[in-house]
Amino acid sequence: MTEPIKWVYTKKVKEHFTNPKNILEDESSYDEDGRGLVGNVQCGDQMLMVIKVDSKSKIITDCKWKTYGCASAIASTSILSEHVKGMSLEDAYKLTPKDIVKDLGGLPEHKIHCSVLGDKALRAAIDDYHKRSGTQGVTAREDSRVICKCMNVTNHEIENAVKEGADTYRKLQEQTKIGTVCGQCEEDATRLLEEYKQKYFK
Amino acid sequence: MEDRRVYLDNNATTPLHPDVKKVLKEAFEIYGNASSMHSFGREAKATLDDARNRIAKFINAQADEIIFVGSGSEANNTVLNMVSCCSAICDSTCKGRHQSIISQIEHPCILETSKCVQQKGASIIHVGVDKYGKLNMDELREKISDKTMLISIMMANNEIGTMQDIKTIVEIAHANGALFHTDAVQAVGKIPVDVKELDVDFLSFSAHKIYGPKGVGALYAKNGVPFCPFITGGHQERGRRAGTENTLGIIGMASAMDARAKEMIPEAERLVKLKHRLRDAIEKNVPDISFNGHPEDSLPGTLNVSFKGAEGEAVLLYLDIEGIAVSTGSACASGSLAPSHVLLATDADHERAHGAIRFSLGRETDESDIDYVIERLPAVIKKVRSMSSTYSNKR
Repeated sequence: MTEPIKWVYTKKVKEHFTNPKNILEDESSYDEDGRGLVGNVQCGDQMLMVIKVDSKSKIITDCKWKTYGCASAIASTSILSEHVKGMSLEDAYKLTPKDIVKDLGGLPEHKIHCSVLGDKALRAAIDDYHKRSGTQGVTAREDSRVICKCMNVTNHEIENAVKEGADTYRKLQEQTKIGTVCGQCEEDATRLLEEYKQKYFK
Repeated sequence: MEDRRVYLDNNATTPLHPDVKKVLKEAFEIYGNASSMHSFGREAKATLDDARNRIAKFINAQADEIIFVGSGSEANNTVLNMVSCCSAICDSTCKGRHQSIISQIEHPCILETSKCVQQKGASIIHVGVDKYGKLNMDELREKISDKTMLISIMMANNEIGTMQDIKTIVEIAHANGALFHTDAVQAVGKIPVDVKELDVDFLSFSAHKIYGPKGVGALYAKNGVPFCPFITGGHQERGRRAGTENTLGIIGMASAMDARAKEMIPEAERLVKLKHRLRDAIEKNVPDISFNGHPEDSLPGTLNVSFKGAEGEAVLLYLDIEGIAVSTGSACASGSLAPSHVLLATDADHERAHGAIRFSLGRETDESDIDYVIERLPAVIKKVRSMSSTYSNKR
């Protein structure tokens, strides 16, 4: 007897894909404190994440989401929504795609960008919370500009990646996942890459 | 019925026909090299000749116009590569014609190869399609010139099933002194194909799309047309394709063709009915959908539909959990990052392309399979939409 056919992704991905947790069922009646929407349909992935925050302790008390996307995107958002409940805003802000991928027991290389979108949506929701409540937090700097609309990569992230050693477009892609979906931002990204290389290394 | 499995991905590949299985088992005993002079070789050669005759007859070709290759992709690569060869080496054969015309909805093995031959100096021009995937004939007439060496247009599209008016395109090609090739991998064995009547110069087809084995295909090359081998270094296939013939595969291919000759026409009628049953049920039971491809001029068993707000890979994998096998135009399922180039070429927006699901029916598909899909599909779409950020459930 041969082994039963394995599923295409890990067991954990299947679990969260077949039984997604914390779907935002009725948007209009959910009284969220922060809301983040990233990605777009053109790229094939869009995520909406909403959070409720305890204003005293700054702890995320609830997190719900909606995703237009593939199985990995659905599973990433679902597992992330479980992960962040009970976390402080500060700690939640520091979550990386790596943490999500780890939770899921791994994702194939070409699916990593799905998890990137999840933590971006969360950060956008936290930023939105700070904006609404007029509080200070670890937020993106004011002059931040989104270069890659699909993966929501800003000029600051490009700058940081260059500082950390990304000296080619390929390396920049590996670090930030920029331009890995529709690819339309390649020209802009390459220009910034050269600018920052000039600024820091020449 | 938890373990029910329904295979609706026959455009990807098909199960072996029972006749083919039987013939293949017997063919295991034929192991001689068809190029050898001894009795073992002659036995293989005789079997090969017989298979070649039957396959040629099926598309109304001469036996010596059939070149066996490893796949439909290889057949297409062979023809496309002649274009760059024309630019570089064999210029006398091509009389200074360095340009080729292909459609925007060709299979990647044509589109990618065309990029490669461009690097080698050939020029490739693309012609668009209308919203149903039909070639823009006026654009073709505009773009063809006395520099055009080859026009390559697929007979039927693998994703949306749309069939082209090959005869008219051949007339346009020949009136301008150009050669014509068609990728007929999805057509041969599903609809009648007669190379003499169509007057094509090259035609690619494959065995595994029509219940034959994988790893074997054929290229029809009309007697007298210029030819340049893609795989060189052997006298096999009259010097047009080097490499010991895949005797087993070719025997299987011939057997599959024999079965097609008997089953194709009644099966096509049956599949069209089943397809319409599925189409009507989807239309009735699932809101916000759009069908892709031509409503009539389409392969009998191919139905392509986009579900608004539901990403294709998610739909595919939920259907897979129900035991239903389909394919999708979504980027996520392809490993590449762009959605179906075919749907984008038909003017579908990105959401429609990412949400496209292809149901491709085959000889083993029956009414109960379709009814099972009709029973399970609406709930799957509802589930995907319930968590979609782009679909409002309050419609």
